[in-house]
Amino acid sequence: MNATANEWPLWEVFVRTKAGLDHKHCGSLHAADPKMALQMARDVYTRRQEGSSVWVVRSDQIVASDPGDKDMLFDPADDKVYRHPTFYKLPDAVDHM
Amino acid sequence: MYTQAMDTMAREGAGKLERVLGADEQVLQDRFDARIDAGDFIEAKDWMPDNYRKTLLRQISQHAHSEIVGMLPEGNWISRAPTLKRKAILLAKIQDEGGHGLYLYAAAETLGTSRDQMIEALHSGKAKYSSIFNYPTLTWADIGTIGWLVDGAAIMNQVPICRCSFAPYARAMIRICREESFHQRQGYDSLLVMMRDGTDAQRAMVQDAVNRWWWPCLMMFGPPDDQSPNSAQGMRWGIKRVSNDTLRQKFVDATVQQAGVLGVSLPDPDLKWNEERQHWDFGAIDWAEFWRVVGGDGPCNRERLAMRVKAWEDGAWVREAALAHARKQSMKEAA
Repeated sequence: MNATANEWPLWEVFVRTKAGLDHKHCGSLHAADPKMALQMARDVYTRRQEGSSVWVVRSDQIVASDPGDKDMLFDPADDKVYRHPTFYKLPDAVDHM
Repeated sequence: MYTQAMDTMAREGAGKLERVLGADEQVLQDRFDARIDAGDFIEAKDWMPDNYRKTLLRQISQHAHSEIVGMLPEGNWISRAPTLKRKAILLAKIQDEGGHGLYLYAAAETLGTSRDQMIEALHSGKAKYSSIFNYPTLTWADIGTIGWLVDGAAIMNQVPICRCSFAPYARAMIRICREESFHQRQGYDSLLVMMRDGTDAQRAMVQDAVNRWWWPCLMMFGPPDDQSPNSAQGMRWGIKRVSNDTLRQKFVDATVQQAGVLGVSLPDPDLKWNEERQHWDFGAIDWAEFWRVVGGDGPCNRERLAMRVKAWEDGAWVREAALAHARKQSMKEAA
């Protein structure tokens, strides 16, 4: 028998701690359906007023980059220092711009 | 501790942690070692040595089992808590333990083993949980003592794991440690009420509970450093950060003063301040008892495991029905 055949599917949980902030990934849980996933996310991850909104997403629906592709994906940003404001040396009188 | 897994693996035939590598693997291994040395975190999808994965899976899953089995001795007292306030506090604490178990199972699952496989390992006796939960909770004072001493020892042990090299475990531990302080404080608070405002009989009950839990709590930290064959590798990997004896000493030093404020004595005639070491000396621990309890022969091993298995089996129809319902609903939606 497949070890996971009867397991409830895995969900990733994202919590917004208060209005105005991003939803942030805080963990995962098993639940049979979306409604149960939301309820369980509330119980597991917001027992101390940590949340004002919760997202749950089936883990198998998330597309992620491969850690092995890290260099290929992110190196190109390394030599583009001109994308940062600190690259530009301006006269002191206007340097606060 | 909740993390005795690495200490007990040598005796359980889990084998040695080092092995010989091929050339390709050696490159990956060197890169991995360099990352560990640099204090980098390892994420679930990163390359890691097989034994690192195996050791972590073992430690995290057994830590998770400990949280879940740890709900049982306290659960016995929910219906018998002396006031509504204490009942609400106890319920919240036990719910936290369930939550901690879930964070940890989720962290362990990222290593490629399913939740059901871990639960099966617990139920078949293959996986262990902390020795401490094989002791009985005989009186209400045991509940306060568990909060004060058992959770106090757990905090001592768990804080360094927040810096574990395996990031999913470290993240779970940060969350757990944030919630754990309440557990210790509520326990101490409940004992304080009995010691200050209670009857002589209640004070004697607190002392009796402390007498029974003290030594098993010291055992939680695992065997002495010179008898922990896998500690060095655990330190090398950044899984274990502080040695068993160091943590145990830290716990004793912190607890002696707390016992004084509470007005209880600790059951150790050899306990005395060592001016030279600037630490409290304490008596010899009965390691034969520790290995007996780890080996399955503690006061409550059979009862605890039987409870877990029964709960799992009794709940099977609920899990199946929920899944069947979800499948039916999604079929209806697709139609």
